[in-house]
Amino acid sequence: IKRFPPPRFQSLCRDLNSTVLVFVKGLFLYICFSYCVYFLLLRTVGGSNTVYEWSLSINHSEEEEPAKYPYQHIRQAEDVQQQIIRETFHLVSKRDDNVCNFLEGGSLIGGSDYKLIYRHYATLYFVFCVDSSESELGILDLIQVFVETLDKCFENVCELDLIFHMDKVHFILQEVVMGGMVLETNMNEIVGQVELQNRMEKSEGGFSAAPARAVSAVKNINLPEMPRNINIGDINIKVPSLSPF
Amino acid sequence: MALKIVKGSIDRMFDKNLQDLVRGIRNHKEDEAKYISTCIDEIKQELKQDNIAVKANAVCKLTYLQMLGYDVSWAAFNIVEVMSSSKFTYKRIGYLAASQCFHESTDVIMLTTNQIRKDLSSPNQYDTGVALTGLSCFVTPDLARDLANDIMTLMSHTKPYIRKKAVLIMYKVFLKYPESLRPAFPRLKEKLEDPDPGVQSAAVNVICELARRNPKNYLSLAPLFFKLMTSSTNNWVLIKIIKLFGALTPLEPRLGKKLIEPLTNLIHSTSAMSLLYECVNTVIAVLISLSSGMPNHSASIQLCVQKLRILIEDSDQNLKYLGLLAMSKILKTHPKSVQSHKDLILQCLDDKDESIRLRALDLLYGMVSKKNLMEIVKKLMLHVDKAEGTTYRDELLTKIIDICSQSNYQYITNFEWYISILVELTRLEGTRHGHLIASQMLDVAIRVKAIRAFAVAQMATLLDNAHLLTGNTQRNGICEVLYAAAWICGEFSEHLEEPMVTLEAMLRPKVATLPGHIQAVYVQNAAKLFATVLRGHEGVPADSMVAQETSQLLIDRLPLFVQSSNLEVQERASCILQLVKYIQKLQQKDVEVAEEVTALFAGELNPVAPKAQKKVPVPEGLDLDVWINEPPSGSESEDEGRKSKGKAVFAKEESRHTKPRYTEVDEKELAKRREVRKAEQANNPFYIKASPSSQKVYQDGVGVEHIPVVQIDLSVPLKVPDQYVKLEEERRERNKADKKKKKDKKKREKGEKGRRRRGDSGPESEEDITPAHMVDIVTEEMPENALPSDDDDKDPNDPHKALNIDLDKPLADSEKKLPVRSHRPDEVLKSPMEDRQVVEVVPEPKKKTGKEKKEKKDRKKSKEKKKKHKQEEEEDLMGAGSEEPVQPEETKEVAAPPPASTPEASDLDFWLSNAPVPSNPQAAAAPASTPRTASGMAAVAPDSEPEEAKDTEPEETKSSTHKKKKQKKEKKKKKHHHNHSDGAGDESVQNGTVEEEEPLPPMSNYALLAENSYIKMMKQDADKVCDIQGNLQDGSQVVVSVIFENKCDSFIKSMEFNVLDSLNSKLQRPDGAGPHDGLIVPFQLPPGISNEARFIFSVQNIVMPQKLKGTLTFIVKTDDSSTHEKLDFKLHFTCTSYLITTPCYSDAYSKLLESGDLKGCSLKLEGVNQPFHHLLARICFHHHFSVVERIDSCASMYSRSIQGHHMCLLVKTADQTVSIDAKCDEPGLLGNVLDEIKLTFSQC
Repeated sequence: IKRFPPPRFQSLCRDLNSTVLVFVKGLFLYICFSYCVYFLLLRTVGGSNTVYEWSLSINHSEEEEPAKYPYQHIRQAEDVQQQIIRETFHLVSKRDDNVCNFLEGGSLIGGSDYKLIYRHYATLYFVFCVDSSESELGILDLIQVFVETLDKCFENVCELDLIFHMDKVHFILQEVVMGGMVLETNMNEIVGQVELQNRMEKSEGGFSAAPARAVSAVKNINLPEMPRNINIGDINIKVPSLSPF
Repeated sequence: MALKIVKGSIDRMFDKNLQDLVRGIRNHKEDEAKYISTCIDEIKQELKQDNIAVKANAVCKLTYLQMLGYDVSWAAFNIVEVMSSSKFTYKRIGYLAASQCFHESTDVIMLTTNQIRKDLSSPNQYDTGVALTGLSCFVTPDLARDLANDIMTLMSHTKPYIRKKAVLIMYKVFLKYPESLRPAFPRLKEKLEDPDPGVQSAAVNVICELARRNPKNYLSLAPLFFKLMTSSTNNWVLIKIIKLFGALTPLEPRLGKKLIEPLTNLIHSTSAMSLLYECVNTVIAVLISLSSGMPNHSASIQLCVQKLRILIEDSDQNLKYLGLLAMSKILKTHPKSVQSHKDLILQCLDDKDESIRLRALDLLYGMVSKKNLMEIVKKLMLHVDKAEGTTYRDELLTKIIDICSQSNYQYITNFEWYISILVELTRLEGTRHGHLIASQMLDVAIRVKAIRAFAVAQMATLLDNAHLLTGNTQRNGICEVLYAAAWICGEFSEHLEEPMVTLEAMLRPKVATLPGHIQAVYVQNAAKLFATVLRGHEGVPADSMVAQETSQLLIDRLPLFVQSSNLEVQERASCILQLVKYIQKLQQKDVEVAEEVTALFAGELNPVAPKAQKKVPVPEGLDLDVWINEPPSGSESEDEGRKSKGKAVFAKEESRHTKPRYTEVDEKELAKRREVRKAEQANNPFYIKASPSSQKVYQDGVGVEHIPVVQIDLSVPLKVPDQYVKLEEERRERNKADKKKKKDKKKREKGEKGRRRRGDSGPESEEDITPAHMVDIVTEEMPENALPSDDDDKDPNDPHKALNIDLDKPLADSEKKLPVRSHRPDEVLKSPMEDRQVVEVVPEPKKKTGKEKKEKKDRKKSKEKKKKHKQEEEEDLMGAGSEEPVQPEETKEVAAPPPASTPEASDLDFWLSNAPVPSNPQAAAAPASTPRTASGMAAVAPDSEPEEAKDTEPEETKSSTHKKKKQKKEKKKKKHHHNHSDGAGDESVQNGTVEEEEPLPPMSNYALLAENSYIKMMKQDADKVCDIQGNLQDGSQVVVSVIFENKCDSFIKSMEFNVLDSLNSKLQRPDGAGPHDGLIVPFQLPPGISNEARFIFSVQNIVMPQKLKGTLTFIVKTDDSSTHEKLDFKLHFTCTSYLITTPCYSDAYSKLLESGDLKGCSLKLEGVNQPFHHLLARICFHHHFSVVERIDSCASMYSRSIQGHHMCLLVKTADQTVSIDAKCDEPGLLGNVLDEIKLTFSQC
């Protein structure tokens, strides 16, 4: 193991129960999950394409203070990713509900051409980071489409679905946004494709085989307390029964 | 084996899956790091097993850990394994992991090429889909190059699901591999009209993204997009198109005119706010682009502003925010229409959302005028009082100052009011902008002379009440204001009414708590005040006591500052203290000292423009470019560049050789520069002669009489602004009255002056408000030729730069399929089948033309429909003006298959000329608005398509130069002979002045390139530019310097240099030039003159030497005729020319050799009878090596290629035999360089 998530971040997560942050922009796609904080980071078309390149450019701007990272000239992409998530979360979580959903881009997310556009659902934030080629209101609609798609695919989505099934969330997102560009905005089309793929997976015998399920069902008994009912905006989200696996 | 599998599946029972991992992490909040490290150990175990299901599970967990911020790059190979599973379930997991953790420097990506290709052609559409999705996240230049053909094939897949993904990923491919854009573009364009809306939307998405960065290349698509815009119902697509039009309109104003009507219709009809907003935005862009030409669009502006007002008034904060954002765009060009909504914007300042308040503030900045400045600032001041949170208050404060000070205080009519606002602002608690306020105070007091008396009075009050401000002593806190106050009071102390009081205030013990730099100013200015007091009271016997008391005061108080810990304060205080003590002695002897003390601070400070230094003329005879002393030899080697650097060992011989050349060039340069400068000075009317103009600029007279003499009630020190507003209003009234009087007078003395006519435009007009004071503004001091430096603000690393490719040019045969770089020959061999397939699939030009015709018909139809609505006359006009009847004939003449997009481009003109308003012939002729006019097109087409047009081209030249052809024939023959013989001789050493005394024979890297009876070309290949940080795509550049020498008696002009690009090496052409266009040599040659031009080539692969064929065409002009001539040549890029002389220290060198990365090779040269140092010099000079170390007859040398390959040589000599042992990390390159070294020595 090379590094651990920064301590400040961990405590932050614990304090704020569950929070979804979807962080989207163009090309690069990043989903990040911490027990309760869920980030989706997607870089948009344009700019640098990967977090790796991104980290290079950020390093460049930090050259003035070499004392801070004296030995490590190129920081890991993962570090930058964590830093972005942390700062975005910090920015977004401070905001009231009755303020606008746009945040002008800071240096970390690529400069003034970029905007953070987010929606807040109960304890979850879905944050997209887009450049000026995207329509602000359009992206707000897209977030709504994404959340409704999640709701359909998970049958009443809740935070725990997102936390325990990050891979599935990713697969759904990949049908909406591909490599940072918007692929499909029609919800029925998205849901249809996701279902077809899931069916295919099932026909191959599924990913989690029966024995593993049995084991995890046993382990599941010790689950800590989970909140029973969470209302997420217009979506009614219920916590699944305790032995869903 | 079977047992192993069974064991594996039993083990699996106890494996954690992703859910278990997540749960585990949640249950181990206390020792999470430890828990995760055990998990990673488990995962490592799982990855070692053969069972792919176990591996996939492990990779899935790793993906999760990566998202938590753990580095998982060590598992990259396992991810590739999972990706290549035949089961979709696992493949999907593998690709997901890859898209999360792979990036360009992941080396296993190279291994995936074939796997991805297999997946792309899989019969299962979801295998293909997953591969495309994954690839979109980690595509590298190599992958893009190798897979571009496969992806292009997928764009025509039967399933729309695959088509849309393939279309979308093409954008990523273009970014990484720009060469693919031109071949792929026709198909991309087809997809705009795909029956599936998803595919269509993807194509729109990609083209919009491309066009956003390089809009001019996509103008020709405007008609197509226009059709889409009027037919599509998908809001997402509409928004994209409308945004694209917003980017295109600045380039083509006629497009804007055409757009306004449908856009306004959309604005009226749509219910979707997002669409409405984008329409308004684009209409604004159109209006901005039209604002110069067609002023009469007030209806559209009104509509936009109206709609924006609705948005701003909406309760939805998002709409409010966007409305303000768009409003600020209108403000730039149509400030008047926004200003009427001032009320609304001021309302937004009360909004609870900070981003909305900030937007509103931005708007206010542009809305102020002389008339409403005071009112707006008053409102803002109210907000400052109410604002919670210092950040927003600070923002307000800076905005107020920005608004007032913008464009040299343009809107301020009364500076007393402004000073009082500044003083008012000092009452803010906890602001960080004390420094800003202070600098404003200083600026105004210095530059507005008339205000000084008032400013001094206010500052004295501030100093007196300093205790109110000292609460916040942090840096940039409000106490910074005291700095300005003390300085102003001291400097302009003659305006002080009671200098004694102020002096006393400045020497209070509390001052010692202020920051050091402020104390220093206090001390210094106390001395100035002291001088003023002395002057005021000396001479009058009764007052001499006061003067002495003042001295005593200083002597009492200054010791406090002498003890200051701040060096500056201490120094100044002790100096002044001693001075005062001396003065006191003199005073006691009744000596008059006032005069002398005042002389300490004599002289007035004048404002100086920041660039004023530039204006100081260089005295005649002073040449700033001449060395004062001979440059030290060290700097010479710097200037000479790497060439001489490498020869440091041979300094004795070399220095003599290079020096004369250096100074010679320098003198020529200098003479030229001097001439240019003189010409510039002579031509520049603004070139300032000796007297400084700032004094003249300042007009004392205006308005000074109007300054109301204000009685300041010192007991109510800080709450003053209203009073000044009132006074200002009174002043304006009075002004008006004055003017009326003058007007009456004017009536009597008719026609005397036109200057006052402005006043007639009514009492409300802006100009009517004459400022009370003039700002001593120094803009006029700026030299006019100091143009704002037009920095190219484009990021040189912007990947979009490479995509600036002309797409209208027809595809040449060679471009019909994607170029496959010869970078990796083995891979090319592997895929010939696929390549062939692709070639077949690419639609042939004939098909396309059929399509074009169809499109044309369609357009004609729609045109006809439109025509019905228009007047008959206009129709006729258009028919005559358009190129349609002429154009087809011309294309037929030039090239048999009409190039695909030529009609497209002309159609754009035609389509645009359909616009209701334009004056047709003018618009068509305007070269700026239309890249090609009809006549120009015929000429351009054959150039851009040499392959197809080859047959026709010579004919054309024949016909054009028919008359002179006979005369030319003979010459041509000669030339051909010449060329054949010259082409072979490549590295022959020519040129260079032969100097007999030199022990070393002269060397030159200029080799004869080609020569005929007219012109001689010499090339130097030694010069390289290499961006060391750059990678393969943009860093590998070679500069070729060519000397052109005119050998005949005639004038040679219009030289055009062209090279047939190979896959590996390309001549870099300016933006917009096609790949077959020549480069124009930027000079002409009179008889006997030679000049040097440089051409940049980009090179992909440097391992092999290379020859490029090229042609130089030029016109020979004699007195009575001119002939067109051409000269063929071959450019030889040797491997040597890719080497850069790089110094290397011996320890680094030995480390390099020890590292074992280098492969060796050796060479023996027999019969070399040169001294050893000559030999080394030759290698250094011709092959760009540098000597690392030399011991007797043995030397180690080093060089580096432009792509970073290290090359080491060990040269030994014994009895005329030279043995060279060489090592390099690229054996191919090494072998070629050694061959070249051999050649060099065989030639001498």
